[in-house]
This record gives sequence, structure tokens and C-alpha cells, in this order.
Amino acid sequence: MSHLTKKLGKADLLGVVVLSAVILVLFPSVFGIFRLNLIGKYLTYAFVGVSLVLLWGNGGILSLGQGVFFGLGGYCMAMFLKLEASDPIATKIQTTPGIPDFMDWNQIVKLPLFWLPFKSLTFTIIAILVVPALFAFLIGVAMFKRRVGGVYFAIITQAVALILSVLIVGQQGLTGGINGITDLKTMHGWDIRSDSAKYILYYVNGALLIGCVVFTRWVLSTKFGMLLLALREKEDRVRFSGYDVANFKTLAFCMSAVMCAIGGAMFTLQVGFMSPSFVGITPSIEMVIYTAVGGRMSVVGAVFGTLLVNFAKTFFSEEYPDLWLFLMGATFIAVVLLFPDGLAGLYDRYGKPFVLRRAARAHSKPKATEPNVAVATALESGGKHG
Amino acid sequence: MAEFEMLTIQGLGVSFDGFKAVDDLNFIVDRNELRVVIGPNGAGKTTLLDLICGKTKSTSGSIMFKTMDLTQMKEHDIVRAGVGRKFQTPSIYENLSVSENLEVSFPRGRSAFGALFFKRAADVIDRVHKVAEEVMLLEKLDHQAALLSHGQKQWLEIGMLLMQDPELLMLDEPVAGMTVNEREQTAELLNRISKNRSVIVIEHDMEFVRKIAHKVTVLHQGKVIAEGSMDKVTADPRVIEVYLGH
Repeated sequence: MSHLTKKLGKADLLGVVVLSAVILVLFPSVFGIFRLNLIGKYLTYAFVGVSLVLLWGNGGILSLGQGVFFGLGGYCMAMFLKLEASDPIATKIQTTPGIPDFMDWNQIVKLPLFWLPFKSLTFTIIAILVVPALFAFLIGVAMFKRRVGGVYFAIITQAVALILSVLIVGQQGLTGGINGITDLKTMHGWDIRSDSAKYILYYVNGALLIGCVVFTRWVLSTKFGMLLLALREKEDRVRFSGYDVANFKTLAFCMSAVMCAIGGAMFTLQVGFMSPSFVGITPSIEMVIYTAVGGRMSVVGAVFGTLLVNFAKTFFSEEYPDLWLFLMGATFIAVVLLFPDGLAGLYDRYGKPFVLRRAARAHSKPKATEPNVAVATALESGGKHG
Repeated sequence: MAEFEMLTIQGLGVSFDGFKAVDDLNFIVDRNELRVVIGPNGAGKTTLLDLICGKTKSTSGSIMFKTMDLTQMKEHDIVRAGVGRKFQTPSIYENLSVSENLEVSFPRGRSAFGALFFKRAADVIDRVHKVAEEVMLLEKLDHQAALLSHGQKQWLEIGMLLMQDPELLMLDEPVAGMTVNEREQTAELLNRISKNRSVIVIEHDMEFVRKIAHKVTVLHQGKVIAEGSMDKVTADPRVIEVYLGH
């Protein structure tokens, strides 16, 4: 038994290695920069997928508003880039040079106060991490301390997504409105639109994503991760074992928010704009679908799920422009009905036994007999979820 | 007895939409005492435990645990003060292994960040083993909890509470659904663990009650109608009328 758990841990680690190889080696060597940039965009959604494995798959907390955090990260980055793109020389034909073009169109003559700090890259990077965490903390405390959970929590996060997207669209002069923040050019003078920049950003994005995958796997391997699983099953038992359940949920929510925001910021950098269409209800639900397809318990599965759904989406929307939304919906329903554990579940059922058999054969059987230490090793090998 | 009682309940009441589930209840549990609470369905037994552990808020009265008033405390603070409670249906984490179930209940790393940096130190493993042995699950440590028998699940939940070494342990029908053999073993287990703590047990099985009870309290319609030794209580005409007679 303990032998098996050890092997399982190795097989899961294998998943991270395979994922890294696919993202950092396979894709760049197979695809040209146009396709690679597109994959880079998909991979930014995978941050949300990974965050949902932590929050929903393991914690049982379904957030239908992850787009909010993706958007917050993306907008923070976009504000910095927009300010850099709006220097007085580049905008000298405007009524008020030196402010973003959409502000000028909306008769705004002075940069709003909350834009000012985004002139600093350091502040921007801190804001990308802190703003969503703080926002998630506020929502988390307000909801979880009052024991709002399950469907009610999902509905409220959805409402938050709607409110934020409506707010962004409505405040056109401050946010760029429905068009979002566009025409982003350079980051500290470095042209993010060049092919070389796109390559570098792809790798940075890939590395950050793998970082999030490893981080999430670590979180899930700790007592915190075990408690998340425990919470999902028997919340009262956890509460009556001396834990303040709301704090655990809030921390998980904050962690997931920060991951989404990193994805959003990388989206802005790679795609060159940010708009409210990534904040509202539809993108937030789509991101849940990625996780469901990949397997909501598997961090690595969520990344592959995101890629698969987006490849399918691109394919369907190119081939069947009128039907693709229905096909996407049908895919989701099929996955939920047929493979409730997603791609990762399929792998666990069919792929892993095969890998294990191969591994067992390769390792032959040097220490097959260890009956007395079995219990101790089982206790020590905690990191087998993921 | 210079020391204060383990648990002193005075004038406790709670009503749900006007229905008084517990009504002006007085109840004292000594140190190292094993008390069994019996009574017909709807007598307020489970509500009493809910009130003590904070799951239900009282509308009147006080619940003093040593010197703390539990009615003013949050659930997790009540647990941390030393009150453990087992639910009626076994409440364990089916997805985790037996050892993980016990480990998660270890009273360290109880804050969210504390849990993140909790180390599975030697004393934790040691405690998991001791408790597993106590609740007769040492051989099952690395089994998934979902695969345990019903009786073993009940023991596991008792073990999870023992991990926290509570001074007051409350068990809601611990032998429901157990085989005769398992009941035997559970009675021995309860006699062992009540040596250095107070235990409150809710139970219907009178034979089992006789084996474990130091004192018995009979509840009826939210009130105590009799209290004392098993023999005294079972001879009480009111108890016979409302509970035993039918």
C-alpha cells in the first residue's frame, strides 16, 4: 500500500514534468510565433483553471466570478502600459496630451488620481498581486463569516462579475469602456509587440504557470490542503474540530484570486489589450468549464483541459461559426455526464495503471518487503493529492 | 470538592418558532464522570449537545464549562477550550486515509497559515499511532476512511476527538448501527477514555447504558425528569411512563 502511494506521488510529479516539457519545449519547437502567441493566450486562462482546482475541486467552493480577478490583474497591467503609450509626444494631437486617448475622447482633461501610481512598474506589479487578494479577502470575509456557501456563493460571485463589468463599461472615461484598454506598445521602452518580445513573454508566462502549478500542488500537500478536502466533505466536522472555517475558505479564495490576476496580467502583455469581455459572467463560466474538462481535482489536468477546450473553440468557431457555442455547451455536458473527473480522471483510470506497471517493471523489486515501516511511510507520504 | 464542576448548566432554554426544545434545564457533570442522557425521541437530547458545542444558540440560561460561559463563545473557541463532540451519523472525511483523518484533527496548525506550514513532526505521528491503537484502528491507518465498516467509522470519529485530548467529550449515539461485538468493544473503549475526562453520551440501548453509565439523566420534553444511578432511574415511575413503559 505504502509502496503504491509512493509510486502514485512519482506518477503525479511526472505530470508536472510532462507539462513543463510540453509548454517550454514542445510547443515552441513545433509552432511558429503566431500560433505560439495564441497558445500563450490560452495558457493565461490556465492560471484560472489551476486556481479553480484549488478553490472548487479541492475546497468545494465554486466561484463563478474568477474573471473578476483575471480582469483586475489584466487591468492593472494595462493601465501601466497605457500610461507609457500615452506620453505627451505620442499624444500631441489630443486636446490634452499625455493622458490615455479614451480619456481625451471623453472630455477628461486630467489623469484621474487612481491612475497616477500606475506610472510605476514596481507599484503595478505589487498592485497586480495585492488588489485582487484584497478584493477576494473582502468578499471572502463578508460571505464566509456569514456562512454563505455553495450555490449562494456561486451566485454572488457571478453578481460581482456582472457588477464589475457593467461598472467598467459605464465609466468609459476612466476605464476605456466596452473597448477596454487598447493600443499598448511598450514596457519600460521594450516593445512588447515584436516577435522576440512575444517569445520571451511566452516563456515567462509558461514559467509562471508552472510556478503556480507547483505552488498549488504544494498547498494541497499541506495540512491546509487536507483541511480543504475535509471542508468540502464535512464542514461541520472541521468546525467542531476547532478550526475557524471561514478563515480557511478566505485564504483559499485569496490564493486563487492572485493566480487569476497573474494570468490576467500576462494576458495583457501577450495579447496587447484588456477589455471587460474578460471580466463578466460568460468568461467566468467558461473558465469553470476548462477546469471541469481537465478534471477539477488535478492541477495538471486543468492546464491541459484549458488548452483542449481552447483548441476546440478555435476549431469550432472557424469551421462552424454559427454552431460553435452549442458545440461548446454540448462538450461541457458530455464531460460532466461521461467523465465527471475530466481528462485527469480518464488518465487515472486508463493511463496511470499503465505508467505504474511500466515503472514497477523498470524498478524491478529491490525492497518489496517492508511490512513494519509501511505505516510510518504512509504517514510521511502526505503529498499524494494533486 | 474545592474545585468547580466540569459543566454546569442553569436555566437553559431554546425555542424554535415558539416550540421549546429545551426548557429551563439544569444539569451538572462532574470531573471524570461518564453521564448518559436518555429520553424518548424529541426529548431534546441532541439539541442539548448542540447548545453545549455552540451549534445552536440558546435563548436563555447559561452553560459554564469550568469557568467559561460557552453560550458567549464561537464554535471553534469552544472546541479549543476543551469540548469535543461526536455527531450522530459518523462524520469523518471519507476521501482521506485513517491516519490523515486523525492527523487533521491534531490540535496544532489550527490557523489557516499555521496549517499551511504545519510539519508532520514525530510527536504528531506518535499521537496518531497512540490514538489509532486506542480506537482499534492501528491496522487500518493507511486505508481510505470510506472503506471502513460503519462501526469503525464511529471509532475513527471518536479517535479524531481523542486527538484533541478534550476535557469534556460528547458522543451522540456512538453505538447506533453497531454489531453486538462492536458494542462490547465500544463500551470498553468508553470506560477507558472516561478515566481522565468527563464524557456525556446519548444512547437508546439500555443494555449498553448499563455497562457504561456512572449516572443517568432522563430528558422529556426539554426538561430533566429524573437523574441518578441506572437502578434508581429505571425504577422511577415517571421514567417508566414516558420512556421505558412502551
